[in-house]
Amino acid sequence: MANNADIRYLTPVAVDNKKKKYCRFKKSGIRYIDYKDPEFLKKFLNEQGKILPRRLTGTSLKFQRKVAQAVKRARHLALLPYVTDMMK
Amino acid sequence: MNHYETAFILTPVLSDVQMKEAVEKFKNLLIEKGAEIENEECWGLKKLAYPIQKKSTGFYALLQFKAEPSVVAQLEVQFRRDERVIRFLTFRLDKYALEYATKRINKSNQGEK
Repeated sequence: MANNADIRYLTPVAVDNKKKKYCRFKKSGIRYIDYKDPEFLKKFLNEQGKILPRRLTGTSLKFQRKVAQAVKRARHLALLPYVTDMMK
Repeated sequence: MNHYETAFILTPVLSDVQMKEAVEKFKNLLIEKGAEIENEECWGLKKLAYPIQKKSTGFYALLQFKAEPSVVAQLEVQFRRDERVIRFLTFRLDKYALEYATKRINKSNQGEK
């Protein structure tokens, strides 16, 4: 009769208490992502100015495409850099 | 007729009057081709995120208009021919973008009052 207190693990069990990621556009009902607001778009870029993947930001596929589109437009109009270092 | 938005950057060597004249030129061109201007914005002199034609600043201007698709090609030819324009971007507004743009116009109008 092994009850729960007797069970010992060799490695500690990873407790899954990470915060669930969500799509901020779906949550707040934003339907169009404006390329004219570089400060907002910076949330989706890393320090080098690269677009962050969906697995990190939690953005849904539909809006990731729109984010990418907006970032690329902003880059073309020199509102965001194509390459940089230490952006934040 | 589609809704379009065009943003362009003018060289910083122009004076204020010359800059207004350049914007006016493109506006008149659009009106001539039967387009309806819906919004016009001038963001003024801004720093560029990277140098373009060895310039680090530029005058930003934005026009929103409703026109036939063929007009856009003619407008872009004019942008390319004009040495004052160092960068331009024209694209069609989809229904969500249009909604957003309309809201933006209303907001800026309220701000003026």
